[in-house]
Amino acid sequence: MASAPDKLPAWVDIGLLPVINVALAFMVSGLLIAALGQDPFEATWVMIRGAFGYEESLGYTFYYTTNFVFTGLAVAVAFHAGLFNIGGEGQAYIGGLGVGLAFLALDQYLPFALMLPICIIAAALFGAGWAYIPAYLQAKRGSHIVITTIMFNFIAASLMVYLLVNVMIQPGQMSPETREFNSATWLPYMHEALAWFGVEVAQSPLNLSIIWALICCVLVWGLIWHTRWGYEIRAVGANMSAAVYAGMPPARIIIVTMCISGALSGFVAINEIMGVHHKLLLDFAAGYGFTGIAVSLMGRNHPVGIVLAGLLFGALYQGGAELAFENSAFTPDLIVVIQGLVVLFSGALSYMLRGPAERLYFALATPKPAEA
Amino acid sequence: MAEDFLLMILTLDATIRVSVPLILCALAGLVVERSGVIDIGLEGKMLAGAFAAATAAALSGSAWVGLLGGIGVSVMLAMLHGFATITHRGNQIVSGVAINILASGLTVLLGISWFQMGGQTPPLTGAARFSSLSFPGADAVADVPLLGHLYSELLSGHNVLVYLAFLTVPAVWWLVYRTRFGLRLRATGENPAAVDTAGISVVRMRYLALIICGILCGIAGAYLSTGHGAGFLREMTAGKGFIALAAMIFGKWRPVPVLFACLLFGFLDAIAIRLQGVELPVIGEMSVQFIQALPYILTVVLLAGFIGRAIAPKASGIPYVKEH
Repeated sequence: MASAPDKLPAWVDIGLLPVINVALAFMVSGLLIAALGQDPFEATWVMIRGAFGYEESLGYTFYYTTNFVFTGLAVAVAFHAGLFNIGGEGQAYIGGLGVGLAFLALDQYLPFALMLPICIIAAALFGAGWAYIPAYLQAKRGSHIVITTIMFNFIAASLMVYLLVNVMIQPGQMSPETREFNSATWLPYMHEALAWFGVEVAQSPLNLSIIWALICCVLVWGLIWHTRWGYEIRAVGANMSAAVYAGMPPARIIIVTMCISGALSGFVAINEIMGVHHKLLLDFAAGYGFTGIAVSLMGRNHPVGIVLAGLLFGALYQGGAELAFENSAFTPDLIVVIQGLVVLFSGALSYMLRGPAERLYFALATPKPAEA
Repeated sequence: MAEDFLLMILTLDATIRVSVPLILCALAGLVVERSGVIDIGLEGKMLAGAFAAATAAALSGSAWVGLLGGIGVSVMLAMLHGFATITHRGNQIVSGVAINILASGLTVLLGISWFQMGGQTPPLTGAARFSSLSFPGADAVADVPLLGHLYSELLSGHNVLVYLAFLTVPAVWWLVYRTRFGLRLRATGENPAAVDTAGISVVRMRYLALIICGILCGIAGAYLSTGHGAGFLREMTAGKGFIALAAMIFGKWRPVPVLFACLLFGFLDAIAIRLQGVELPVIGEMSVQFIQALPYILTVVLLAGFIGRAIAPKASGIPYVKEH
């Protein structure tokens, strides 16, 4: 007699259930749009067309996706060690400080080929540095990392306002921004890069940082599932006391994991500062850190899932902007609401459907008595 | 001298005004964390409460109806948090993040859709706002130096929610330390299995704590939009929910220390504006941003264990699974 399986198969657990949860989030969003007196199907269509319909929109979608991949990976890496890094916002912001300082100091002297690695290292170091203190406090002093990273977001915001208003502002200028960096050292736009190969595409803020984002995906995948470090990270996340018993040093793993997470958040600055704004300015990271949480939850903390979820959120951002442009009943705040619903259904309520799904699956999967 | 004194009174007066939402939210967080549920959604509940209160007050013309609206919506969000984290054992941080994001988006989206004022609600006047209460004789003694100022500026002249917030402190203290409910509440946050063994429902205790949390956050929101301000502005809570969270930790989950932490953080907020561009002895000019960041820095330092130890209720953040 075949016994009934006691676990949901992988395709239900990591394939079907997440999709149903996201679908629920979108259904509620649709009901909300209907409640606002608009047609949800038409709104969806406008958003899809606005996100993917033409070259320029596609560029914008991928540009947003780049940020979400960075912050999504950052949250995911920390999640694997059982840590909740809610400080991506601040780490990205401080990463921008690192990139900005590197440019202000060196952009007149160094060529792009040297500026690129320096900026990547600067973004990583500053982002990691901002994550290091909460990580250290969690590992050595037992402070709750969620609370400290929240506090560090606010401290970062105050610090950046102070630096930009009082120290780094371009003299003789009103708005708190640095001078524009030397244009020879900017990260090339995608339309510029493609033009070198004779491919003409529409202009958009999409730049070469998306390639770095994809490289980071591969690096994170390799790190988490194919290195000793990754094994230790997952062991600490899965069962801290077992990891300690196996001789792994939890404090060091927590700190290293958070620094990797902070560095990944810091890379938002490569896209935003080096690729798009070409100067350091206020609030360039606003919202990307928090969206990273949604992206990571939706993508089940796996790089492939994160790229897909990042693409979805990139499309939502770009499509939502288009929707707000076409129909004044919508504002970009609709995207914020949808994002909240995704976090709610894919994250907080992710177990809600598990029980019913298990019962339903086992009811269907239990072999029926053989007919004689 | 008298001028300095008046300035001090006015700063303290401002301190009280900005501390009120902190006190209410921090106590809300205290009650719910004492039951073992972490709530970083204080900010979102306060924001949604502020929007609902301003909307209800604008439509009804009564600040009290607004207050009820604010409390109602905030309690609903608290119940959502409970549904996700108690009933379905979802991650409490994630749920809090979701509520914050939802509140931030929905208040503006609905505000624009309903009022077409760029996310604001119509300005409130007259009975639609909580107006200042004047204590008997406050005007008569207003010109008396020292005590007169103290009475007329500091004690008198606030709206009813301010006094309510300060009364909430002894009320929560009494509830947590002197009632059977409070004993059970604390036990639920420290050792839910023992509470369960004693035949008390952990789920029920945590839901009740969340209802109290929702009520207090709703009052805080209503204070912002119908008492302190005259209508809802987008993102009007501006991180106060997180400062309240910091104050709750700074006060080590105890009502009276939490009150003083809120007053300290409120005071920092109040002097930040006044100290702009002022040369201080010894330290020189203080940057406003530093003073604004100070509550967060102090909380981190406290959490690091450098000024006493802040120890959270033992079971907070852990969903309770009943044994079969």
